[in-house]
Amino acid sequence: MVKYKKQIRIALRNCGFINPENVDEYIVREGYAALGNALTNMTPEEVIDVIKNSGLRGRGGGGFPTGLKWELTRKVDADQKYVVCNADEGDPGAFMDRSILEGDPHTVLEAMAINGYCTGASKGLIYIRAEYPLAIKRLKIAIDQAREYGLLGEDIFGTNFSFDVELRYGAGAFVCGEETALIHSMEGLRGEPTVKPPFPSESGYKGMPTNVNNVETYANIPVILLKGADWFSSIGTEKSKGTKVFALAGKVNNVGLIEVPMGTTLREVIFDIGGGIKDGKKFKAVQTGGPSGGCLTENHLDISIDYDNLIASGSMMGSGGMIVMDEDDCMVSMAKFYLDFTVEESCGKCSPCRIGNKRLYEMLDTITQGKGTLEDLSKLRNLANVVKDTSLCGLGQTSPNPVLSTMDNFLDEYMAHVKDGKCPSGQCKALMSYIINADACVGCTLCARVCPVDAISGEKKMAHLIDDDACIKCGACMDKCKFGAIFIQ
Amino acid sequence: MAKVKSLSDLNKMREELQSKMNLREKGEHPDSIVQIKVSMATCGIASGAKEIMDYMINELDNRAIDAVITQTGCMGYCYAEPTIEVTLPDNKPIVFGYVDTKKAQEIIEVYIQTGKLVDGIIPVNYETVNNE
Repeated sequence: MVKYKKQIRIALRNCGFINPENVDEYIVREGYAALGNALTNMTPEEVIDVIKNSGLRGRGGGGFPTGLKWELTRKVDADQKYVVCNADEGDPGAFMDRSILEGDPHTVLEAMAINGYCTGASKGLIYIRAEYPLAIKRLKIAIDQAREYGLLGEDIFGTNFSFDVELRYGAGAFVCGEETALIHSMEGLRGEPTVKPPFPSESGYKGMPTNVNNVETYANIPVILLKGADWFSSIGTEKSKGTKVFALAGKVNNVGLIEVPMGTTLREVIFDIGGGIKDGKKFKAVQTGGPSGGCLTENHLDISIDYDNLIASGSMMGSGGMIVMDEDDCMVSMAKFYLDFTVEESCGKCSPCRIGNKRLYEMLDTITQGKGTLEDLSKLRNLANVVKDTSLCGLGQTSPNPVLSTMDNFLDEYMAHVKDGKCPSGQCKALMSYIINADACVGCTLCARVCPVDAISGEKKMAHLIDDDACIKCGACMDKCKFGAIFIQ
Repeated sequence: MAKVKSLSDLNKMREELQSKMNLREKGEHPDSIVQIKVSMATCGIASGAKEIMDYMINELDNRAIDAVITQTGCMGYCYAEPTIEVTLPDNKPIVFGYVDTKKAQEIIEVYIQTGKLVDGIIPVNYETVNNE
């Protein structure tokens, strides 16, 4: 069994093992012991030191050192501070945070309370998208049960530390995963980012110091405190410690939720854990980091996954979406898909992102229609760099990445679209022609009858012909033909 | 329910819960209780886990098999949803994938009632921090 033990589950340690709606099962698996121990036997500084020494970095995508973030929030003097959990998971194809919240909600509550103890905050807020009704339901149950046991509320563990958690619902805007936009959204304002500094650790929710971490980051905290910084930092690579959860999706046999140590190679993830490419096709690329990331090719398969290596290869860690593509996927269409997403999700505040992305999308659309020119390609690259350099927040600064990385790695595909008017993987409808092989056609008229736009003509028992101008490339004729006489060119 | 007022309260509570669960699982009929976990995250439910859970509760009841059926979160085998984990007394847990009602019936009739393995076993491919 090749794939045995490539994975280590830290953040997902309880997912699939416990009943998420029963706090007792969490307690049996050492739940709340880290909080109890921290409150009873450790000072906030000591806890922060453990987190710092563990080398844990933010799992939401940025990779900022978590311990340092906590320390910064702690150092600011204020009457009220806030602990925020970012559960606004928005990358297409990503569901790591949802799985943790649905499978092990208490771990997030416990870690937020630990954070409150360290930073001096007594209030926690979970910003979760309303599209996650089951996660919300289970979080509510978890919060009620924790309150009932006195694990949230006043004087927790008999100490004078008090902490409570509330939920805040987001409407599912991608940009609200950016921490300043998230905070504005929680305040009831428009979910738009603002320039940093000031960082939320100085001035966040309601102008107060606020520590924002992602769900997966929190899920690591209790284990680190129980097992120690040395244990955690023994897993992973020099600069990226611990494990990372990935939502493995796309054209692999075993799509699923996986957790691998940092430093695992993409090849191990896709071929050993993912079981290789579906239907024995050839691997083409893998997109990491969602719409902000880039695509990596066969040449990158042996790099080990960590924050810095992925950036050096032209992609990024992101929150953990990993979409695998095979030889049938068109890279220009892929870039267009992500651009479509960012155009839709751009908040519209700054013009490079609002207008620039729209123009990028239009250029890609022209190329996939077969109407692009070489000049369009250089314009595309140019504008992509401008959007990247001048946008206000992470969304705009990273949205051209799918374009740039596909241009870097698959320029030949762009060229084929522009120069030859061909889509090598046969995905771009405008560049395909359905053709009837006259020798194989028996003239049964089935295709002509099924064609929704009457683009097929021909006498009974005579070879038929498809009018390419009228054809909408729906493929209905090819599905119906019993003689395999219709092919795509 | 008593409040947890100190760390030793928590430790005591954990021990009590542990023995209570052991009792629940093995207490009255030490050798006959079957444990079943159904993966019920949004994705599992979408692929039919709820029907499987209801079906198994009814079927096991009809056949008078003593079993504890609980829901859990995502087990990670999205490609094989719905997935269930069955632990027979004195056996290691086994995860079955692609479970529909027909498969569920087979699992009950063959694996649970006779102990013979059936197709559809998903190999566990990870370590957890708790069982290292």
